[in-house]
Amino acid sequence: MSEAILKTDNLRVEYRSREVGQELKCALKGLNLEVRRGEVYGFLGPNGAGKTTTMNVLLGFVNATAGDAWLFGVNVREPIARQRIGYLPEQTCYYKFLTAEEILRFYAKIFRIPKADVERRIDAVLKLVDLDHARKRQIKTYSKGMQQRVGLAQALINDPDLLILDEPTSGLDPVGRMKVREIILRLKNEGKTVFFSSHELGEVETVCDRVAILAQGELKAEGQVSELVRLHQQPNLEQVFLKIIGYHDSSDSLTRSRQAA
Amino acid sequence: MTPATHSLDPARLPEIAAGTDRSGTLNNVLAIAGIVIKEMYRRKDFYVLFVLTALITLLMGSVTFFNQENIVRYLKEICLFLIWAASLVITITTAARQIPAEREQRTLFPLLAKPVTRNQLVIGKFLGCWFASGISLLLFYLFFGAVAGAKEHEWPVLNYFQAAVLHWFMLGIVCALTMLGSVVFDAPSSTNTIMLIVSVGILLVGRHLNKVALKMEEPGQTIVYAIYFVLPHLELFDVRDLIVHNWGLIPWHIWAAGLAYAAVYSAIFLALACLMFRRKAIN
Repeated sequence: MSEAILKTDNLRVEYRSREVGQELKCALKGLNLEVRRGEVYGFLGPNGAGKTTTMNVLLGFVNATAGDAWLFGVNVREPIARQRIGYLPEQTCYYKFLTAEEILRFYAKIFRIPKADVERRIDAVLKLVDLDHARKRQIKTYSKGMQQRVGLAQALINDPDLLILDEPTSGLDPVGRMKVREIILRLKNEGKTVFFSSHELGEVETVCDRVAILAQGELKAEGQVSELVRLHQQPNLEQVFLKIIGYHDSSDSLTRSRQAA
Repeated sequence: MTPATHSLDPARLPEIAAGTDRSGTLNNVLAIAGIVIKEMYRRKDFYVLFVLTALITLLMGSVTFFNQENIVRYLKEICLFLIWAASLVITITTAARQIPAEREQRTLFPLLAKPVTRNQLVIGKFLGCWFASGISLLLFYLFFGAVAGAKEHEWPVLNYFQAAVLHWFMLGIVCALTMLGSVVFDAPSSTNTIMLIVSVGILLVGRHLNKVALKMEEPGQTIVYAIYFVLPHLELFDVRDLIVHNWGLIPWHIWAAGLAYAAVYSAIFLALACLMFRRKAIN
């Protein structure tokens, strides 16, 4: 078995509501995850399941109430744990007064990429995300899809070993989605590890080696898509997902009750 | 405990150290500061204030009242007042929006997902704002020097240098205080208003607070005295009269002590800003 690149151990995150007298809200309840080198790992769950909270802990934005998380064996509380990762947030907004090239140069400086390599790296990622033609334009002139691709480019500037993508295709048109999917598959072929959350289950089915399904802060299921489909005796991942999170189709139950009557 | 299986690739270890050692810290701080400076020269605020200052000064300079020769003193006074007002507005508005805008526009997330600490972010933002205000101040003083020199045919470069550097260090205190305010208040508009009131208030009444305290009853007297001693006395850096009336140079050791005073206050406010920002949940 290849080594674990990302690991969480009994991760628990509690929030205190701002309203007086409100109880603690538990966003994660003892989450255990292990993502291995070279895997594309889909992280699924309905809104409010704890996906973004998990990513926030992994990226050091939020401290876990209990438990620990590691990236490359380094505790996520240490900034160096983030040296070999690329992160694409759900809503990508970048400094609008900069051009794509300048943003990438800024992030490359933070990663201390040698000057000789910076331009080569910028060329490569801009070509990969198909923004080479707009590299000298300020971000404020970009469409939403182009901004999402800048996000992907910045996530790749340091040639990361692990990519954490929070709903990378959210708000993209079908061509943009296809492009992102192609990029993920290409990265997988290069041996990169990709950890991503998505509500596009068809896309997850296509690109993921393994998936985890989270609901109400708990890990409900984990494994290969084919395994889960077989285990839950459902035709596809979408049905497995709906079954696991306890969704009941109201129109379906209405039909059944009518038939019974 | 770190599981043994989670080892980093030894071939990439030198890269992994980036951002954690001293040179990495400096690298990150300067990179962030560079973005702030770039933002300043791509926004219109500075240009508008500079053009306004220049227009008003040149307009006043073109008028001759009763063939008075010493009219140039009034011109210098007006020009310096405009420079002080413009520099305060530029510094406060630039510093107040840095961290709240990063949060609002969510640029903070991709940035902090890199090997950048929160302290590096606050210090980088502070340095960027301070350098940006320094660049704008340099242009303002060059303009002032040109106008005053054209009228007086004198070039007291050292006097201007002393005044400009003291002014710049005073802006350092204002900048650090505004960064602290922006972490506390979150919204740039409220930080702008509060910090403008605080800075102008200190400049106008800071030096008189001890006299006010003398006339007060307890416990008000102790409170006002405490404020008087704790406040950074920005008015100490206001040496406009020396330039307007062509007085001599400030003794260099007193001038240096003034800079040290500003550095201490800036460091205190910046440390408080770092401390508060580290405690903030970013989600």
